[in-house]
Amino acid sequence: MIVKEQAPVAAATPAARPIAPMPASLLSRALAHHLFRSLAALAALLLIDFLLIPGFFRLEIKDGHLYGSLVDIVNRAAPLMLAAIGMTLVIATRGIDISVGAVVALSGTVASMLIGGTMVIQDGVPVYLAETPMLLAMAAALGAALLCGLWNGLLVAGLGLQPIVATLILMVAGRGLAQLLTDGQIVTVYYQPFYFLGSGYLFGLPFALFVVAGVFGVTALLLRHTALGLFIQAVGINPVAARLAGIRTAALIVFVYVFAAACAGMAGLLTSSNVKSADANNAGLMLELDAILAVTLGGTSLAGGRFSLAGSIVGALIIQTLTYTIYSLGVPPEVNMVVKSVVVFLVCISQSDQFKGLWKGRAA
Amino acid sequence: MLASTTALPVLDVTGIHKQFPGVKALSDAGLRLYPGEVHTLMGQNGAGKSTLIKVLTGVYRPERGSIVLDGQRIEPRSTQHAQELGISTVYQEVNLCPNLSVAENIFIGRYPRRFGMIDWRRMRRDAIELLARLQVNVDVSQPLASYPLAIQQMVAIARALNISAKVLILDEPTSSLDEAEVQLLFSVLRSLREQGMAILFVTHFLEQTYAISDRITVMRNGEREGEYLCSELLRLALVNKMVGVAADTQEQPQACIEEDHQAGATLLKTKQLARRGVLAPLDLTIKQGELLGLAGLLGSGRTEAARLLFGADKADDGAIEIGGRPHTFATPRDAIAQGIGFCSEDRKHEGAILDLSVRENLILALQARQGLLRAIPLRRQQELADYYLKQLGIKTASIEAPLGTLSGGNQQKVLLARWLATEPKLMILDEPTRGIDVRAKQEIMDYVTTLCRKGMAILFISSELPEVLRVSDRIVVMRDRKACGEYRRGELDDSSVLHVIAGEGCQ
Repeated sequence: MIVKEQAPVAAATPAARPIAPMPASLLSRALAHHLFRSLAALAALLLIDFLLIPGFFRLEIKDGHLYGSLVDIVNRAAPLMLAAIGMTLVIATRGIDISVGAVVALSGTVASMLIGGTMVIQDGVPVYLAETPMLLAMAAALGAALLCGLWNGLLVAGLGLQPIVATLILMVAGRGLAQLLTDGQIVTVYYQPFYFLGSGYLFGLPFALFVVAGVFGVTALLLRHTALGLFIQAVGINPVAARLAGIRTAALIVFVYVFAAACAGMAGLLTSSNVKSADANNAGLMLELDAILAVTLGGTSLAGGRFSLAGSIVGALIIQTLTYTIYSLGVPPEVNMVVKSVVVFLVCISQSDQFKGLWKGRAA
Repeated sequence: MLASTTALPVLDVTGIHKQFPGVKALSDAGLRLYPGEVHTLMGQNGAGKSTLIKVLTGVYRPERGSIVLDGQRIEPRSTQHAQELGISTVYQEVNLCPNLSVAENIFIGRYPRRFGMIDWRRMRRDAIELLARLQVNVDVSQPLASYPLAIQQMVAIARALNISAKVLILDEPTSSLDEAEVQLLFSVLRSLREQGMAILFVTHFLEQTYAISDRITVMRNGEREGEYLCSELLRLALVNKMVGVAADTQEQPQACIEEDHQAGATLLKTKQLARRGVLAPLDLTIKQGELLGLAGLLGSGRTEAARLLFGADKADDGAIEIGGRPHTFATPRDAIAQGIGFCSEDRKHEGAILDLSVRENLILALQARQGLLRAIPLRRQQELADYYLKQLGIKTASIEAPLGTLSGGNQQKVLLARWLATEPKLMILDEPTRGIDVRAKQEIMDYVTTLCRKGMAILFISSELPEVLRVSDRIVVMRDRKACGEYRRGELDDSSVLHVIAGEGCQ
């Protein structure tokens, strides 16, 4: 008699899913599959660019630096890739962080205001002076970002606010604070060494790429050599069961928001260094939405659980390539948003079980 | 069966059949409800009570059977439709808006209007009047959340009454109320009964059944087992009919797996462990290498006690002593650190992480105890998974298959292995064999008893009394959120345990 009420529940679980014969092939195939879809999309975009934009794949070395459309795309995608890395972990816990753009603006503002900078000619040699030591200013900017993340995390894990609402507060407040600090003016940085971060080159490649590679590498190592990835997935799939298994779910959730904010803080440094100023009104505007889009394009479900860090990087590259393509083709930039929205629509639809059901229903 | 009452039943439900994919939930279920009575629907978990209620309220459509309300055959299409017809339901969880006022909650969706605007004055006046009918006197313009749960329940009832209800269904309304609140609810039910309302009351609490009911319908295996006058049905007979074991059979419990073995030193002791409205102060002692059975009906406090012991819920009084030192468990982590493992009765929601692989599910608790930074090497994880796959006979395509691809019994074994991998001193098993096939059930129980013989203490909770009697060294019987008796192996048999559970011959 007890079986009776259980049975419908059991029937609802995907017990009938096909089982792969070999363990390794199941995992590698699933991973390959996730990346396959996003990589295929990226390849398709690049193919379009190859056909429509003359010299798209041409790379040349000028002054020891590598130049070309591809380098340009990857370089411009750097802040987005950083934000997407942080967003991936948040989304994997069933959360979302829409304050990323505001944290970018705030971190850029803090760094730029603290550095300020002037150029003076001493003995006929230009010397750059910062108001605050540059490294200290950058640390302060990242510190501000970490506080933002802590705030988000405590609202979500401590007070149990819905992530979108909790981070909405900072989305408004963070940018507001940045505007307040700058009086809504653009703060220009006159300090040459700071420019290196966002526009410098190392070994012929943009330095920003090394920052992204560093963050990606550290994150991947963390996920590989600690149980972080396992715990994040467990919390994302079944938070109640995860807590009962002894995982510190609240601490974990606080961590992912702090991590996402740290990534956003670094993205803010890159952005403000790249444009040699802080623009509280526009820096990182809508970056959170691009980051969410990049994560979904990379095959991570917004429902939480299984995630792919590499997929999010590919997703960010897809978005930047899309933007680049639209600009290069001379299409009015207003169209950009519409095209992106079509992409979002297609991605979301491809993840919808009901849509898949419809599709199968028609096929059957 | 019942002597016919002079009046005609206001609700006559007969021959209801309801099939779910692969399982028959109701076959020939039914009940009769007369005006001016409180009628209790009883049955064990899975007997089909909630399915029947959902048929009455239009959530499910039955394949066969008839529902006759006031001589009219009806076919409720939705809860709203059922309400319009005159069947109102108050659910276990209060389904109201805590931030709206009491009056708004009562009239939500059907505000009285005047010149196209909401007539607030009339709404407040009507709300006060309705609540007065329930002997509740509160400020109806205050937000609902500012009142205790019992008042909120009254508001839910007032809301149900307002829709010209003929039949009022209360689905486990008392499960989150304390004793005084229950009494308040009952006095309201009594006055409604005097006003001629037909009340269908669903509960697991025997005391409450006898305190309030006129008649009882017992369900078992999706069928109407019978309809009885409350005053004529002994508790023992009631439990009997619910469980389906004849209480007068003197059949000996099946031979014990082994002779009574010597239990070791005291491992854990609870002292007046309690949580308001959930568990009355409980003293429990568990020894090393002992299999302690916790028997009782659903809602008797057995699961609640287990959750407090594991820190899944926080006790608000009393202490847990381990090795003579007092501990308080605020989270499961605290309990795990003391060597306690817990298999929840709700496998799907509180145990299984279906999208993770068998291996990941299996090492999760061990990894959580080791901490985030000390990842268990993959090879060690595979060894552990292979070991428990073999030990428990878990059938899976591979240890990397998602847990969701396994059958219920095999999922349960993986979750058991999750805890065994942490090598707990005390393993709490809450209905470990529910909803799984007979063979897996047997395998799990065999393995558990073996572990127990090797020194692990086990707290075993099950609705299946023969199982509890067969494996337990000692049995604590719980009833109405209290422990009401403690017995050694052999002191209870199938019949006497029913007496104790029913509250007759209680110590």
